[in-house]
Amino acid sequence: MNWGQAIADAISLGALYGLVAVGIGLVFGVMRLINFAYGELITAGAYVLAYTGGWPAPLAILMCVAAVVALALVQERVAFRPLRRMGASPAAMLVATFAVSFLLQAIYLLAFGSRGQIVGTLGQLNSAFTVDGVDIRWILLVTTVTGAILLLATGALLNRTTIGLHVRAAAQDFRTARILGVRANRVIGLSFVVAGVLAAAVSVLYTVSNPLVQPQMGVPITIFALVGVVVGGLDRLWSAALGGFAVGFVYGMFGDLLSSQQTVYLPAVVYGSVILVLLLRPAGLFAPLHARQVERV
Amino acid sequence: MAEQDPQRRRPSGLLRAVGVSRSFEGLQALTDVDLELARSEVVGLIGPNGAGKTTLVNVLTGFDFPTTGRVELEERDVTRWPPQRRGRAGLARTFQHGHAFKGLTVRENVEVAALGVGASSRDARTRAHRLLGALGLAARADEAASVLPHGDERKLGVARALATEPRFVLMDEPAAGLTEAEVPDLAAVVRSVRDEHGAGVLLIDHNVTLILDVCDRIQVLDQGRTLAEGTPEEIRKNIDVANAYLGGSGRDV
Repeated sequence: MNWGQAIADAISLGALYGLVAVGIGLVFGVMRLINFAYGELITAGAYVLAYTGGWPAPLAILMCVAAVVALALVQERVAFRPLRRMGASPAAMLVATFAVSFLLQAIYLLAFGSRGQIVGTLGQLNSAFTVDGVDIRWILLVTTVTGAILLLATGALLNRTTIGLHVRAAAQDFRTARILGVRANRVIGLSFVVAGVLAAAVSVLYTVSNPLVQPQMGVPITIFALVGVVVGGLDRLWSAALGGFAVGFVYGMFGDLLSSQQTVYLPAVVYGSVILVLLLRPAGLFAPLHARQVERV
Repeated sequence: MAEQDPQRRRPSGLLRAVGVSRSFEGLQALTDVDLELARSEVVGLIGPNGAGKTTLVNVLTGFDFPTTGRVELEERDVTRWPPQRRGRAGLARTFQHGHAFKGLTVRENVEVAALGVGASSRDARTRAHRLLGALGLAARADEAASVLPHGDERKLGVARALATEPRFVLMDEPAAGLTEAEVPDLAAVVRSVRDEHGAGVLLIDHNVTLILDVCDRIQVLDQGRTLAEGTPEEIRKNIDVANAYLGGSGRDV
């Protein structure tokens, strides 16, 4: 196994988990809620792709984005908004996201069966080009570039637009933002839409290398990205993105370099290092050292 | 445009609390309190800790609701309106603990407030520019709000309140945590809100020097009731007040 190959794999996997981390971090920022049902958005997108296999790729991708964004909004409207309105506690909201996650998995199981569906939408991107003796699959390049573009676009949306300013204010201090007239539901809705677009992108990119779609497909992706988010630091998007990238990168790297006998232990090592990070830097690896200031009284 | 809205230029409008009482599970925080604030005046609200000052501000701004009594904003009954609706109707407040968005820049903090009451993004930028200049924060406009020293943080709170183009501004302990040297600066800011922005100011603070210095009228609360009301001169002479409030800290006035 050679290093160039491993690095190419690792960067693209890092970009993918960076996207998932930002999708989760965006909603967390505004609502202080980790949406465990985020992975089911990715799964939904993958199913759309599996069932639109005969369509032209751009159309299938468009359909995938539309469906995932719609499902993201349904999650917010049907499950989270009513609970919010009732003044549900953060713990109840968190449990609700688990419920939504399991519910969607059960629906996928009933609707699409347990055996799995195959996505072939962008299968041609599995072909490789050669640089310096290293075979690089096109999808690695496409994933990395798409990931970078989407992260920059999300950053621009948040930093350059009026509604983005609202989202950032709400992420800082939701209550004060509301009092200042920021429309809570619009801001939350927007963060779900953007998170949905990112999830759809992950569906498209992920299924090229992993074409088998099963009801539980999204679960490990979410958990792994969450690890990244926690390692990086939940409070700011770029640190969450960096954390997601780091976890994906490390996983990709070791996945390539170690023998399959050794990779069995990889998840244990990753989760072990998470505990270590939480013990040493509870605010996240990339959070500033003084991140946890006590409010002045 | 909001500026042309006739509602916004009602000349005779007052912010009034009428017979406001508020009890929290048996604890009587406010009992039958009346308060009037006209545009272009600074009214001080003082009293010992627990006198009900913050409760009254919360009732006036919609963060809390009175058990009995009502709140009027320019002849409209706003008793049950949430804060953001009162904000759009011309009532702004600053917070005891700043509540600045620390990760946003100083300029963005002001812009968000302007946008929140419906200003266009261009208007919001102009207002932020003008207010930060007027309050001496222009040099810090692009810094994160988290790095502001206390005095500037208070000014940012005022700038944010003014960005909504309010007709009434309620300031909850703006001088708390300021050094003595920063207080005259704040006093000038309070006067400018009255004189240049034409807004009425309700000023709550423990700093008696500041209150006596800038207020046109002063209302004293004690144990949830209005104990005295009058000009700074009258209040200064009021024995009851001296007992209830000035006690130790007022001696140097």
